[in-house]
Amino acid sequence: MSHHIVEVSGLEYRYPNGTHALQGVSFRIEHGESVGIIGANGAGKSTLLLHLNGCLLATQGTVRVGDFPVTRATLPEIRRSVGMVFQDPNDQLFMPTVQEDVAFGPLNMRLPPEEAEARVQQSLAAVNAAHLAARPPYELSGGEKRAAAIAAVLAMSPDILVLDEPTSGLDPHARRKLIALLRGFKHTKIIAAHDLDMIMDLCTRSIVLHDGCVEADGPTAALLTDQQLLVRTGLELPLRLQGCPVCAR
Amino acid sequence: MNHVKHKGHEEHAVLVVNPGMAQFESALNDIRALERLAARDSPVQRLDPRAMVIVTAAFLITVVSFPKYEIAGLVPLVLYPAILVAVGNLPLRVLVRYLLLAAPFAVLVGLFNPLLDRAITARLGALAVSGGWLSFLSILARFLLTVSAALLLLAATGYSALCSALGRLGMPRLLTTQFLLLYRFIFIVADEAQRMVRAYVLRSRRAGGMPLRVWSSLTGNLLLRAYDRGLRVHTAMLSRGFDGFMRSRHTPHWSWLDSGFVLACAGFFLLARFGHPAELLGRWVLQVLR
Repeated sequence: MSHHIVEVSGLEYRYPNGTHALQGVSFRIEHGESVGIIGANGAGKSTLLLHLNGCLLATQGTVRVGDFPVTRATLPEIRRSVGMVFQDPNDQLFMPTVQEDVAFGPLNMRLPPEEAEARVQQSLAAVNAAHLAARPPYELSGGEKRAAAIAAVLAMSPDILVLDEPTSGLDPHARRKLIALLRGFKHTKIIAAHDLDMIMDLCTRSIVLHDGCVEADGPTAALLTDQQLLVRTGLELPLRLQGCPVCAR
Repeated sequence: MNHVKHKGHEEHAVLVVNPGMAQFESALNDIRALERLAARDSPVQRLDPRAMVIVTAAFLITVVSFPKYEIAGLVPLVLYPAILVAVGNLPLRVLVRYLLLAAPFAVLVGLFNPLLDRAITARLGALAVSGGWLSFLSILARFLLTVSAALLLLAATGYSALCSALGRLGMPRLLTTQFLLLYRFIFIVADEAQRMVRAYVLRSRRAGGMPLRVWSSLTGNLLLRAYDRGLRVHTAMLSRGFDGFMRSRHTPHWSWLDSGFVLACAGFFLLARFGHPAELLGRWVLQVLR
């Protein structure tokens, strides 16, 4: 199954205002892997994610998803196979009801309405949100919005899930539920986050970005316990690895 | 609404937004209320949106085709919105709120007619009525009929179904997509505006309005923010395969009920326009009384 591979090589990106956000990023993610992208604010995580489904196109270097290089011509195929869940679900949910929003992707794939409807039911059920179908998105809680946004992406049956800060803005219980949900997905997962505990729970491998470069790439457990690396890249130990806040041991 | 002036403070032109905050939110809720109505289930909402569009267009043409001084002829047409409200189980309150909102425009349009057109054209007993007053009243009646018909169209179909119906009736897809996006972006801009006004209100010491200077910087800021937000929404849409066209979830089915509805309404409008039903009814009642 070669088509769930993500390969980035020598990727550079410069924003129109001159910011050199990515400076030669390379990595290869295999089928079924779950990879965390971590780094301080401004390290280039979001810019990198936007390259994975062609929202941004490389200034230099290449991005390959499965059998296709990411170029203007391959965008429809790339966007079907890479499902992107954005940081703010409010940017993603814009139709009058949840079910219309979830149907947006399948209809754009030119699926017949009955098939799209079946996809809507399936993906809402997959995130335990079937009861939200007829509700308008602006009435939902943060956790429900996140679930709906994920369902909207699942409805396109992507091979690769890309999530930007999936746990931001969630209460502890909703966060826990989301982690359990994501763990159940068999997709190749790429998760950018500051929530290092969640990365430890979900990702066996991590890539640490620093100033637009790959600073480290390896097993999450090793990287997130490397104090020197974490300090150098503006990060901290995951909370669970820090001392007890009461007795400091 | 009372504006407190602080000593030593520069005086500003004041635009009242407070308690405008609450009004603003309720205006947003009103738009959404109309959208929610369309999700109800009644014989009216079950009609094919195309049938509603055709009938509404026929209704509007009928209303505006009456001569300038006509009032009596317009009266029977009230039946159309009245029956829709009753059968569709639509709340009159929302409708009336919108009508009041738009009323000042209609009043402005006809305001000078009584002053300009003073020729006596009708007599009600001892009361002489000038053409200006008649045409003014006629404008108000037309306003009530046309705006309520448009609102009922929206309440019966919902905005996205309406746009897709227009598309199926031959409106260019580019235009219907524009309409749909416009409608989405109204909420996005309103949302940003709401947040900015709230942030201002919470940090301002003024009890009442917002100075003009703040308004200008706020609107400039709003434009930039809305643009930014619009870009993010657009990126998210592109990620889900958006190619410039909004596709509808439902293919509408035209049934014999829809044909019946269109024919019945068309017949009624023709009768109201050319048959003078009010006069006929009046004569009939007088005959019976004699």
